[in-house]
Amino acid sequence: MIIFAILSLLTVAGAVMAMSLRNLVHCALALTVAFAGLAGLYLQLDAEFVGFAQVLVYIGAVAILIVFAILLTRGGEPAAQSIFSSSWVLGAAVAVSVFGVLGSMIWSSPAVQHWGLTSSPAVNVLQIGEQLMTRFILPLEVLGLLLTAALIGAVLIAMRDAVTATEGNRETTARRNVAKGVDELAVPTLRGPIQGGKK
Amino acid sequence: MTPLGAYLLISTLLFAVGLAGALTRRNAIIVLIGIELMLNAANLNFIAFWRYGPNPHALTGIIFVIFSIGVAAAEAAVGLALVISIYRQQKTTNVDQIDSMRG
Repeated sequence: MIIFAILSLLTVAGAVMAMSLRNLVHCALALTVAFAGLAGLYLQLDAEFVGFAQVLVYIGAVAILIVFAILLTRGGEPAAQSIFSSSWVLGAAVAVSVFGVLGSMIWSSPAVQHWGLTSSPAVNVLQIGEQLMTRFILPLEVLGLLLTAALIGAVLIAMRDAVTATEGNRETTARRNVAKGVDELAVPTLRGPIQGGKK
Repeated sequence: MTPLGAYLLISTLLFAVGLAGALTRRNAIIVLIGIELMLNAANLNFIAFWRYGPNPHALTGIIFVIFSIGVAAAEAAVGLALVISIYRQQKTTNVDQIDSMRG
């Protein structure tokens, strides 16, 4: 019970700090603390595999991805203006009312009072693997396809558009030459010198 | 309060904090972090119901959470790539300023 209190305090405090701190890098660090607390809660609930998957996927991959995104968008510099958006009163009211409704439902639910304290289910990775390879084989394949498509899509979206970038450079060069008084037609065309210039 | 109720309350709190962050913060990356927190709250619910439910030997809760983690990872990758792309186009990640599709 004490371990549960410590872990849940860690998780909720990390989540609150991740949502309220000013510096985005600090937000990412607080989010990592919240994910670690959640992994501990999974271990408390006898779901060892999910706990370690949480550590691997969230702390190992998603947190690193978020830090990279923060650094690539120059979010590391503290915001000059308010960190909350213009409609924050409405958003906070919605969040508080959602918490109120869900909390009162849990408080008055008969299932929550009657369920509980079954004997600890002994689940090992072998059983999970057997289930994944027999009963849940089709969802597993679909998930693999989804992950592949999502990763290819993410790379395509985030990749700097090569054609646009080259044309942008060409325009800047042309504008600079015009400003210098050089005739634009004297500038060689795009394809020739770049392709010939490489080798 | 039974253990199941305690876990459900923690999960509700986590969901509300994530929702508040996603609805009130200005930066698009923090909005994505809030969505990740909400997904994690749902995962905690699945595990708690699996552990204290009537049939913990069916393993459905664990399997569902594994799939949910995979989908959340795909969502985070695509979402952050979109944020980086928007930053290249508009030089901002402020969700108040990204309103070029407003009618």
